[in-house]
Amino acid sequence: MCELCQDLIDPKETKLAEVLAGYAGRKGALIPVLQKAQEIYGYLPADVLRRIGRGLKIPVARVYGVATFYAQFRLTPMGQNVLRVCLGTACHVRGGAKVLETIEQELGVKDGGTTEDQRFTLEIVACIGACGLAPTMMINDQVYGRLAPDKVAGILAQYE
Amino acid sequence: MKTMKTLLDPCCGRCTHTPETPCRDYVRCQTEGPLCHDDPACRMERERLLRELKTEVGSQKQAVLFCTGTGCASSGSNKLIEIMDAEIKKAGLDVSVSTRPTGCHGFCEQGPIVIIEPAKTFYTRVKAEDIPEIVAKDLVGGERVEHLLYVDPTTGQAATTYANAPFYAKQHRIVLHNCGHINPERIEDYFAQDGYRGFAHALQDMKPDEVIEEVKRSGLRGRGGAGFPTGLKWGLCRQSAGDKKYIICNADEGDPGAFMDRSVLEGDPHSVLEGMMIAAYAIGADEGYIYCRAEYPLAIKRLEIAIKQAEEVGLLGDNILASGFNFRIYIKAGAGAFVCGEETALIASIEGKRGMPKVRPPFPAQQGLWGKPTNNNNVETYSNVPHIFRHGADWYAGFGTEKSKGTKIFALTGKVNNTGLVEVPMGMSLREIIFDIGGGILGGKKFKAVQIGGPSGGCLPESLLDLPVDYDTLVQAGAMVGSGGLVVLDETTCMVDIARYFLNFTQKESCGKCTPCREGTKRMLEILVRITNGEGKEEDIETLEKLAGVVKSTSLCGLGQTAPNPVLATLKYFRHEYEAHIRDKQCPAHACSALLTYTIDEEKCKKCGLCAKNCPVKCITGDKNTPYRIDASACIKCGTCMEKCKFGAVVRA
Amino acid sequence: MEWLTLTIDGRTVSVPKGTTVLQACRMNNIPIPTLCHDPELTATGSCRLCIVDIEGMRNLPPSCVTQATQGMVVRTQTEKVRDARKTILELLVANHPLDCMTCQKMGSCDLAKYAYEYQVTGEAFAGGERRHLPIDDSNPFILRDPNKCILCGKCIRACEEVQGRGVLDFSHRGFNTQVGPAFDLPYAESECVFCGSCVSVCPVGALTEKQMAGQGRPWEVKKVQTTCPFCGTGCNFDLNVKDGKVIGVTSNPEAPVNGRALCVKGRFGMDMIHSPNRLTTPLIKKDGEFVEASWDEALSLVAEKLGEIKAQYGADSIAALSSARCTNEENYLMQKFMRAVIGSNNVDHCART
Ligand SMILES: Cc1cc2nc3c(=O)[nH]c(=O)nc-3n(C[C@H](O)[C@H](O)[C@H](O)COP(=O)(O)O)c2cc1C
Ligand code: SF4
Ligand code: SF4
Ligand code: SF4
Ligand code: SF4
Ligand code: SF4
Ligand code: SF4
Ligand code: FES
Ligand code: FES
Repeated sequence: MCELCQDLIDPKETKLAEVLAGYAGRKGALIPVLQKAQEIYGYLPADVLRRIGRGLKIPVARVYGVATFYAQFRLTPMGQNVLRVCLGTACHVRGGAKVLETIEQELGVKDGGTTEDQRFTLEIVACIGACGLAPTMMINDQVYGRLAPDKVAGILAQYE
Repeated sequence: MKTMKTLLDPCCGRCTHTPETPCRDYVRCQTEGPLCHDDPACRMERERLLRELKTEVGSQKQAVLFCTGTGCASSGSNKLIEIMDAEIKKAGLDVSVSTRPTGCHGFCEQGPIVIIEPAKTFYTRVKAEDIPEIVAKDLVGGERVEHLLYVDPTTGQAATTYANAPFYAKQHRIVLHNCGHINPERIEDYFAQDGYRGFAHALQDMKPDEVIEEVKRSGLRGRGGAGFPTGLKWGLCRQSAGDKKYIICNADEGDPGAFMDRSVLEGDPHSVLEGMMIAAYAIGADEGYIYCRAEYPLAIKRLEIAIKQAEEVGLLGDNILASGFNFRIYIKAGAGAFVCGEETALIASIEGKRGMPKVRPPFPAQQGLWGKPTNNNNVETYSNVPHIFRHGADWYAGFGTEKSKGTKIFALTGKVNNTGLVEVPMGMSLREIIFDIGGGILGGKKFKAVQIGGPSGGCLPESLLDLPVDYDTLVQAGAMVGSGGLVVLDETTCMVDIARYFLNFTQKESCGKCTPCREGTKRMLEILVRITNGEGKEEDIETLEKLAGVVKSTSLCGLGQTAPNPVLATLKYFRHEYEAHIRDKQCPAHACSALLTYTIDEEKCKKCGLCAKNCPVKCITGDKNTPYRIDASACIKCGTCMEKCKFGAVVRA
Repeated sequence: MEWLTLTIDGRTVSVPKGTTVLQACRMNNIPIPTLCHDPELTATGSCRLCIVDIEGMRNLPPSCVTQATQGMVVRTQTEKVRDARKTILELLVANHPLDCMTCQKMGSCDLAKYAYEYQVTGEAFAGGERRHLPIDDSNPFILRDPNKCILCGKCIRACEEVQGRGVLDFSHRGFNTQVGPAFDLPYAESECVFCGSCVSVCPVGALTEKQMAGQGRPWEVKKVQTTCPFCGTGCNFDLNVKDGKVIGVTSNPEAPVNGRALCVKGRFGMDMIHSPNRLTTPLIKKDGEFVEASWDEALSLVAEKLGEIKAQYGADSIAALSSARCTNEENYLMQKFMRAVIGSNNVDHCART
C-alpha cells in the first residue's frame, strides 16, 4: 500500500494530517502539534515525528530534540494505567519516597517503566498540586491522598 | 418585568453594548447601572441579581459553596454538588437555596470543604452521607451540623464560621479574596465583586505612563521568585522600541510544593486576565500568552472559559470599551520541564523549541518572544494589579514592610497541622505563620527547620523563626521568598536528605546547556547520596562547598545559579548533621534508610503478627511458635511495622 | 565609530563599541580559554570556560557574550576565576574517556590543551557516573565518539548556520543530553551530506576525520594549502602531509573563497591521490577493450577524429559541452578552442537551465 492510500485508511493518520493542516504556517506550532499527536497515538512513534517534521517544515532532528526534552512526551507506548507518584517537597517530607519504594517493589518497575503485563506505567512527578493531602499519587485522573505504604496494594488491585 | 436572567443580559432595549458597538461604561454599569438611561425597573433588576450573586448578610437567598479545586475535587466534591442539588430539590428548597462550585479555599487538608452563605458556616471533610443532614439541620432547620465544624487541634474549639477559624483569622486575603467564594466559571460573579473596575479605570482615566507610575508607587514586586519591581519592569518594556510587543503570564509554577498560582487560576481566573490587560495597556502590547503547566488541566479549562467570556462581553478583542485599545490572550500548555519557568526558556518553549535558557542581556523587555519586546510576570503578580487600580497605590502600599509591599501567598506544607494556602501581609514572622496560622507541628513533634523558596531557597532553623518574612531579610538569611513554598520540617526530617532531595530535583530538571549546572549538580548529588548512604568521606563537605560556589557563580540561568542554595543553607545551619553522617555513620533524624535497621525484640514481641500483616513487602516471617523476624535484605525501611506494633517490639537503630 | 576604554588585567585598552569582552581580550593578546565560542557562529555562552571577573557584577560572567562597556574593569586571571575554570574543566574531564594516547584529536584538542594549562588530571570526581554511548562508525568519512562530546553545540550550529542542513541537534536533557542526528541514529542513517563542517568546528575528538585515524599526529603533519581540484568553486584547504604522503584534509580558516566550509569531495575525496584505481594514463578503446596509451597518442587520435568530422560534415556538426564545475580559465580555453580552432559557436554548459 502506498503512503497516500494509508492516509485515507488509518483514522489516526487522517487526524494527524488534520492537525498538521490546522497548524500549517503558524508560529510556535511544534509543541502543541506534538501534544495533539500524543493524544491521537498515545505516544510518539518515530514515524509520527518524521511526519510532523515534514508537515511543519522543521528538521526532524529538532523535532526529536524537542520531543526528548519535555517530560510529557513519550516515545514508547504506555501501559493501560498511568501511575504518577508525587515526590514533590510536601510529599517527600511526609514519606512519599517510602510509598514509591513500595510501589516499585509491588510492580517491579522503576520511574518511566511499564510492567510486563502492560498494566501500569510508573512515573515520578513533582507535585500534582494536592500537597495538602500529601503523600499523594495519581492513577490516570484519580488522585489518591494521605497515602501510606500499607495502603498501596489495595489501591493497585482496583486497576485491571 | 423580569427581562434579565443573568447580570450579563442587557437590562432593556436601550442598552447598546456589544463587542462590535462597545459602550465605554459597560464595566461600571454592571454594578451601578443602568448609566445611559434612568429607569428604576432596570436598576432594581440589576440590584436583585447582584444581591443573589453576592449572597451577603441579610440576603434572602442562601448559597451552598463547594470547593472544586484540585484538592477537594480529588476527594469527590463534584459528586457532592450533584447529591446536594438533588437533596435541595427533594426538600423543595430550590427557590431559596442554590449550589455554587468555587475555587480552592486554601485549606485542602480539611477538604472537601462546604460553606453556607450568608451565614459563613464552614463545614470540613464533608462526605456524601453528610449532605442530607446539612439540608435537614442547617438549610431547613437553621442549626449548625456540629460534627462537621472545624475543630482547632490546639484549643479543641470549634470554629462557627470560616472567619473565626484560626487558619483564616490572621490571614489578609487580597489576591485570594474571591477564591473559594465566587464561581470561577462565571464572569458575572467576578463583575459582582467589582471585577474589571481596575482595568476600566486604568484604560479610561489614565495614560499608560501614569499606569506604570501607579504600579511603581504601589511598591509591587514580582511574585515569581526574584522580587523584581513590577512597575520598573513595565517601564523598561514600554521604553523598548518596537511596533509589536507581547505580554506573558508565567503560570508554569514549577516549585514542587507550591500551588498558589494554580489556586488563583482555578479560583479566580479573571483577576489574572484583568492584570494582564492593565499591563498590556501600559506597555502597548496587543497580544498576551499564558504559559500554563500541562499538569494543571483544570486551570487551563477555567482560563479558556474566562477568556471566552471576556471576549463575548467585549473585554478582549478590538476597540475594547470604545477606547481603541486591542488585546487578545492565548493559552500555551507547557510540556513538563521545570526550567521553562525561567523566562527565556519559557519564551523558547512558546516558540516551539527546547526550553533552554538564553544568555541575558538582551532581556525579554528588549528582545523577547519572536524577538519583540516582551513583559513577563507571574500569575500572582498580575492578580495583585487589579486591586491596586481598584483601591489605589497608597492603599496597597499600606500593607507590608518598607521594601516589600502588599501580601504574599505561601503554600504551607510539611509537618504542620494546618496545611494549605495562606495569604499574609509581607513582614509577618515565620513563627506567626507556622504556629498561629499553621497550628504548630504535626503530632506534637519538635520543630526543626522551615524550607522556604523551593529548590532555589534554603532552610532556616528555629533561631530565625522571628524573622519577618520579606524579600530582603530572607535573602540575607540564606533563603528566599521564591515562589512562596513553606515546608515545615520536624525532628524526624534529615537535613542532609532534604538537601539531597532538592539537588536531585534540580539535577533532573537541569536543561543541560551549560557545563557547571549539567555536570556540577550531578557530582554534588553523587556526594550527597554517598553521605546519606553512610559512605561519606571526610573531604566531602569541602568539595561540596567548592562545587556549590562554582555552580552558583558560573551557571547560565537562575536554575543553576540557585541550585546549590539548599545545600549551602543546610551546611550553614545544620553542619553537624552532615558530620554525623560522615563521621559516625549516623542519621540523627533516623530518616536515612541506609543508616537504619529494623529488628524485632523477641522479649517484647507478643507474636500478634500485626507487623507481618502490614509489611508492604512481606519481609517479616514468623508465627505463634516461631519468633517474628525481619529479612533485612528485603526490608525497604518504611517503618510501618514499628508504627503498627502495639508492644514496642520493633526496634529501629 | 564610537570607541570604549576599559581596563583588562590592569591594562587600559580601547575597543570599538559593540565588542565583546572576549574580542577585546583577543584584540589585545590576552588569552581566554573558550570551548563553545566560534566567531562565525551564533554565540550561546554555554561552556562557561571563558568566565572573567568584572567589577560590579555579582557572578563570573562569560566574556564571549558580555559586551564591553565604557570604564569596565575586567580581570581574567584572578584566583577565583582560575579556580572556577579549573573546576569546570575537572567536571568535563570527569565525564570524558581519557583516551588521549590513541585519540586522533591529541595535539589539536582544546580540552586537552586547557587541561594541561590548568593542570587537570582525571582525579577530581573520579568514580562518578559517566556516559557509555555507542561509537558511530557507520560511514567512511566521519568518526563520531559521543562519549568525548562536551556538548558545546558548535557542530549543531555549523550544520544549521553554515551548511543549512539542520541534521544535528541536542536531544534529551540535563546530564543525559546528547548531540547528534534525529533519534540518536548514526550519521549514515541521517540526512547528512558529509560536508564535514561539523568536524571542522568540533573542539575535541568527538568528531574526527576517519581516514586520518592512526595516520599521523598534528605535530608530525605538514599543512600545505592548496586549491581543490574537484570543481570550479575554488575552495582552499590544507593538505595534511606526513612523510610525503597526503593523509587527509583539514579546513583552513583563512581560505579566501570558502573559509572552513567544504563539500564531501574536497574534504573527504583526497584519498584519490594515492588511490590505486586512479587513471594515470589515457585509455583508448581498441577492439572493445580499453588499452593504455600515451598522451601524444591520445591527443593525436582526438585531433584526427575531430578533423575528419569537420571535413566531412562541417564545423557546425561539432559542439562542446562544458561544466560549471570547471574553472573559469578552463571554460575560457574550451570556448576559445571551439570558436578559433574548430570554428563553431556550439558551446554550452551543464548549468544553463
Ligand atoms: C529555574 C527557574 C524556574 C522558574 N520558575 C518560575 C515559575 O514556575 N513561575 C514563575 O512565575 N516564575 C518562575 N521563575 C522566575 C521567572 O524567570 C521570572 O523571573 C518571573 O516569572 C518574573 O515574574 P515576576 O516579576 O512577576 O516575578 C523561574 C526562574 C527560574 C530560574
Ligand atoms: S544553569 Fe542549568 S538549567 Fe540553566 S542553562 Fe545552565 S544547564 Fe540549563
Ligand atoms: S520497615 Fe517496612 S519493609 Fe521493613 S520490615 Fe518493617 S514494614 Fe516491612
Ligand atoms: S578529545 Fe581531547 S581530551 Fe578527549 S581523549 Fe581526545 S585528545 Fe584527549
Ligand atoms: S557533515 Fe555536514 S551535513 Fe553532515 S552533519 Fe556535519 S555539517 Fe551537517
Ligand atoms: S560533537 Fe564536538 S562540536 Fe558537536 S557538541 Fe560535541 S564537542 Fe561540540
Ligand atoms: S565545493 Fe567541494 S569540490 Fe568544489 S572546490 Fe569546494 S570542496 Fe572542492
Ligand atoms: S508535593 Fe505532592 S502534591 Fe504537591
Ligand atoms: S566560550 Fe564563552 S561560554 Fe563557552
